[in-house]
Amino acid sequence: MTTPSTDLKATLKKLEARVHDLEVTARETGQNLDSTIHTLRAEVERLRTAPANGVMTRWERVQLARAPGRPTAHDYTERLVTDFTELHGDRNFADDHALIGGPGRWQGRPVMLLMQQKGRDTKSRVRRRFGMSNPEGYRKAMRLMDLADKFGLPVVCLIDTPGAYPGIEAEERGQAWAIAESIQRMVRLKVPAVCAVIGEGGSGGALAIGVGNRVLIQENAWYSVISPESCAAILWRDSAQAPKAAEALKLTAPDLLELGIVEEVIPEPVGGAHLDLDAAAAALGEVVSRHLDELSLLNEQELKAQRAARFRALGAFTES
Amino acid sequence: MALDRFFRRRRPQQQAGSDMPDLWTQCPACKESVYNRDLEASLWVCPKCSHHLRLEAGRRVEVLLDEGSFVQLSGRVHPTDPLNFQDTEAYVDRLSRAQKKTGRPDAILTGTGSILGLPVTLAVMDFAFSGGSMGSVVGEEISRAAEHAAEIGTPFVLVAASGGARMQESALSLMQMAKTTVALESLTARGLPYVSILTDPTTGGVTASFATIADVIMAEPGALIGFAGPRVIQQTIRQSLPEGFQRAEFLLEHGMIDDVVDRRNHRNFLAGLLGVLTRRAPDAPPAEQPAPPSAEAPA
Ligand SMILES: [Zn+2]
Repeated sequence: MTTPSTDLKATLKKLEARVHDLEVTARETGQNLDSTIHTLRAEVERLRTAPANGVMTRWERVQLARAPGRPTAHDYTERLVTDFTELHGDRNFADDHALIGGPGRWQGRPVMLLMQQKGRDTKSRVRRRFGMSNPEGYRKAMRLMDLADKFGLPVVCLIDTPGAYPGIEAEERGQAWAIAESIQRMVRLKVPAVCAVIGEGGSGGALAIGVGNRVLIQENAWYSVISPESCAAILWRDSAQAPKAAEALKLTAPDLLELGIVEEVIPEPVGGAHLDLDAAAAALGEVVSRHLDELSLLNEQELKAQRAARFRALGAFTES
Repeated sequence: MALDRFFRRRRPQQQAGSDMPDLWTQCPACKESVYNRDLEASLWVCPKCSHHLRLEAGRRVEVLLDEGSFVQLSGRVHPTDPLNFQDTEAYVDRLSRAQKKTGRPDAILTGTGSILGLPVTLAVMDFAFSGGSMGSVVGEEISRAAEHAAEIGTPFVLVAASGGARMQESALSLMQMAKTTVALESLTARGLPYVSILTDPTTGGVTASFATIADVIMAEPGALIGFAGPRVIQQTIRQSLPEGFQRAEFLLEHGMIDDVVDRRNHRNFLAGLLGVLTRRAPDAPPAEQPAPPSAEAPA
């Protein structure tokens, strides 16, 4: 086991190395990487000056991501989006209440919103299946991506799901197919896509709307191939070992930044987003808007190429 | 997910007809003992009950391709332990055990060859390696094979056999779903066909990415195919699952796959299908080939 402090030192070292590499790349290729460099530097500074943050365990962050009062996508859109028109249904079988979307204005910018919605009370949580979509949710998302392409609207995805729903009917109607096709549909988008994990990023159900030109994550959100509980149940044969699994999976925002899976960590108010919804929304709005503005300078070809290259490069291996 | 425990039953001997005690294999379905010689002749389909036994990747290549036509592409890419992952066992130890067992760096074998004279590029997942789980190496080798097929202008055939994404590489494994999808676009750009063959079992992140976005999806009889594993579904809904749930025939009935094809007919099926789909010359490569930025600078 590595202790948090050695872990922190290693993280700092890697982040500093990445800042250096980016500066070299920017110098040599003339690419403008200022905002990425800036946020990495800020993260280095934050980790160095606030050791308390390094002490919070990964499992504690997972708990924060699931905190009962944690803002849902609706809490953010109420504060950041005007003229939102929710569009329903996949035009084939049903309307999924766990993944919703439609056009609106993100701090004034016309966008197509796709968001996973867990619900705010028991009744709405059940109706929204705790944020777990059936295939119809992803098929609706694809339909709205078609509209986004047609009308030139950037896509903004707010990700918050424990995973796609594991049910008999979901399997009968092709849950895996819907996710795979949604990933492919995002790869083919002609418009910018900015994705932000705002709570739980549970596996393929999250990635289905996570193939963006930029992928962002809130400070206390998590994103992983499997939930800590399921991972613990398989590898330790005991779901009570979830805290150990959370550590092993390196699923927190700083971990993902270090792995190059996200571009930026969106800060939350001290103690977590649920303690100050307005401040959390302001930070999310500012960061997403900045990335939308940067991407608005790219044309259709450049957007597709950047997105493809971004995901094509992900992975860790050696070559002999 | 790593499903080593799915693979505890006795596996057929590599060399049939030797003096070894494993001269025959017990069919996991009908429990009959069958001579390995007979099994090999029937492509490891039980002559008594037609159960399709799981195939090691090298044997799958022999079943599909013309004899002596296979030229291997994969093998130079090796896994690392980017997360320093440790559960009840260290990931590096699990890896070296699987490497020793299979003689491969990871759960994937790719290459080129021909099927009844028709050139193809082939990728075969190896369930014997850590349950065929998909980590960075599997994603990279599949991506490279698809891009190679696009480059040389052959159809791409992929044999899926996997419990899903590899937990020990966490989010990096998850990202292979998007990466492989990106690489498969190179075939679309050139109008080249992509056929996937889903074998027992194909679940999780593999089913939810490259395996199901093929132009044509075949499956072997009786193969378990799905997103969530049957046990996970049972725990969620707390009721028993219907007969034949998530089997190849169930998926054919629900319109999710193109056909269930007996292994002994795979070569004929593929040669006939691909022959028709490749009647015209492949489209020229797209004019603008964007230079991919380095992995360190996703922005
Ligand atoms: Zn049998």
